[in-house]
Amino acid sequence: MSKPMTGARMVVQALKDQGVEVVFGYPGGAVLPIYDEIFQQNEIRHILVRHEQAAIHAAEGYARSTGKVGVALVTSGPGATNAVTGLTDALMDSIPLVVLTGQVPTFMIGTDAFQEADTVGITRPCTKHNWLVKETDRLPQVLHEAFHVASSGRPGPVLVDIPKDVQFASGQYSPKQKMKTHYAPQVKGDIGTITALADAIAKAKKPVIYSGGGVINSGPAASQLLRELVAETNFPITSTLMGLGAYPASGDNWLGMLGMHGLYEANLAMHGCDLLINVGARFDDRITGRIQDFSPHSKKAHIDIDPSSINKVIHVDMAIIGDVAHVLEDLLRVWKAQGRKTNAEAIAKWWKQIDEWRAVDCLAFEQKGATIRPQHAMARLEALTKDHDRYICTEVGQHQMWAAQYLGFEDPNRWMTSGGLGTMGYGHPASIGVQLAHPEALVINVAGEASWLMNMQEMGTAVQYNLPVKQFILNNERLGMVRQWQELLHGERYSQSWSEALPDFVKLAEAFGAKGIQCQDPKDLDDAIMEMIRHDGPVLFDCLVEKHENCFPMIPSGEPHNKMLLANAETQGQITGTGAVLV
Amino acid sequence: MSTLKIKKGTSKHSAYDLRDPHSNVIERHTLAVIVDNEAGVLARVIGLFSGRGYNIESLTVAEIDHTGHTSRITIVTTGTPAVIEQIKAQLGRIVPVHEVHDLTVEGASVERELALFKVTGSGDKRVEALRMADVFRASVVDSTLESFTFEITGSPEKIDAFADLMRPLGLSEMARTGVAALARG
Repeated sequence: MSKPMTGARMVVQALKDQGVEVVFGYPGGAVLPIYDEIFQQNEIRHILVRHEQAAIHAAEGYARSTGKVGVALVTSGPGATNAVTGLTDALMDSIPLVVLTGQVPTFMIGTDAFQEADTVGITRPCTKHNWLVKETDRLPQVLHEAFHVASSGRPGPVLVDIPKDVQFASGQYSPKQKMKTHYAPQVKGDIGTITALADAIAKAKKPVIYSGGGVINSGPAASQLLRELVAETNFPITSTLMGLGAYPASGDNWLGMLGMHGLYEANLAMHGCDLLINVGARFDDRITGRIQDFSPHSKKAHIDIDPSSINKVIHVDMAIIGDVAHVLEDLLRVWKAQGRKTNAEAIAKWWKQIDEWRAVDCLAFEQKGATIRPQHAMARLEALTKDHDRYICTEVGQHQMWAAQYLGFEDPNRWMTSGGLGTMGYGHPASIGVQLAHPEALVINVAGEASWLMNMQEMGTAVQYNLPVKQFILNNERLGMVRQWQELLHGERYSQSWSEALPDFVKLAEAFGAKGIQCQDPKDLDDAIMEMIRHDGPVLFDCLVEKHENCFPMIPSGEPHNKMLLANAETQGQITGTGAVLV
Repeated sequence: MSTLKIKKGTSKHSAYDLRDPHSNVIERHTLAVIVDNEAGVLARVIGLFSGRGYNIESLTVAEIDHTGHTSRITIVTTGTPAVIEQIKAQLGRIVPVHEVHDLTVEGASVERELALFKVTGSGDKRVEALRMADVFRASVVDSTLESFTFEITGSPEKIDAFADLMRPLGLSEMARTGVAALARG
């Protein structure tokens, strides 16, 4: 079945055989043979970004919103080093990517050749796996294995480094086949522990389900099974930033996001529960707060496909290693087959307690005066877009937290944000990747002006491919989250956390050939948002908001869940002692 | 340190499971890691240890199966029980890693290390060095009129003891291989 062809043609052929439709990339000397092959075919669409970092984030947006593997192609040296932030981002958030890099020819490796970098060396700690392919005959196997590794087990980015002479040389191409790899992570959970978890569920009086990005990565079936588990047990459910949408925000049992900027009821439920079921989350420090005081009275179960997530941060009583969908399916089967029932009386009492916490209404705010409050902007954006076929991306900072708090997600794969790495500049290119995968959908990137400027060049990409992405900027002329921390921790000394030379965003949009809208009067906000939605093309929306707004609720770093600050809290000097060294 | 609730002898699991996972006691473990012998695999393993702040006391590596292209990496590391468990889990995530064995807890094992010692001196010290080498079953692999080079194999502790004895007798250079280890039986 194998056919002779050049390495460059093998790359394109392997992408076709893997079902790839879109590649995000940027050409350069060391990938010219591959670009020549891309030129001579029409099946795979290449999207020319303006910076290699954006190629990776766009591939992440594509992958996260479709469940498929995202693909990027960049050149050697600076092309590869520019990709490093995106690769690290994808590794932290478990996003499946295959990144192809050109390399100087094999006979020049190690000579400090033009645009040479030790790409596999540099990217070893920021990929799930990487390969330098020195023989053309090895290329097909490595390319197919790259897709297998990226998408199996806990997903992640992989990188294949291909020297230019390997691209030119001919070899034997073999199509995608059954992998001859030993890499096969465990997907079925241990049935004994699953049964023990069913026991714990039946006995629990104050349970909470804490779900994460693993549910999204496991696929739509996992979200469906999670909803079934909630319906079956009537347990309250909260989620990490990465897991939003797995359980619908409109669902009765939804507590909202938990963690540092999570909801009051979600964090107090975590603190007070007697059974904590972690479904595909990893006890990140944004979630746990002070480890010693994290959910101190609960029995803890942890479902995760990655054995290294178990007991890494929080010691658990029941560890189930496996894919979320497989484990939940078995759990529900055991639950139903044994005719188990929850302690409905105790659960009802627990809900009464939770409803008291809910009554605090921790996200309440009042829009008054002539300045738009960012919470109001989010609430209006939610009201005016929630009925659309909508995908939301974000940058990183206060706006990201407000988006997570005030926007509701009904389905998985609708929310693309940089959770683990916290990469400013993620959202704009990610929105381009999402829009390519969903051409008819309303794709909005909720941004801060500082984050957005980090990858503003991608406006050119959006215009070139006529991608109607909506860049919704909450413009406070500040690095809002940095400013907030300086208020809490550094005596209101606002060191370097504002910009004195922001561009005119409307003119900037127009310079790129896009539409710019500015809004600063609360009375005009709805009309302006509607104008943005109706415009068939990329829009840069400059929403001027209150400059000194803080993001609440907040668990100050180093504090437990029950020490939350609510809106209007005294903020100065709130982070002290050992918490001050935490980020 | 909290006490264990499990009574010794009542668990069907190994004695290892009786260890307190919250213990802060630093333990020394010998790990055997079977990997594909491909470019960069050692860098992946070492990078894991440096990147996540784990200790390496010694590390040896060589191909053990020329047809299957697998290598065996023997790592001696230290850490609390929780850290040791995390190290093993993290090693298991590396794609070219096939197996991770903790020889310290998987039953009895033998650990051997080889070392070369150059001892320079004359007169009584030279005679004493040769006599002590004989006691330790070290063999002379090179000699000049001013020096002996000894080869010694044994546990790391035995090699440490030999080094302590040779120091006052003119130990001028030493090379150690690090531990190679196998489970017994």
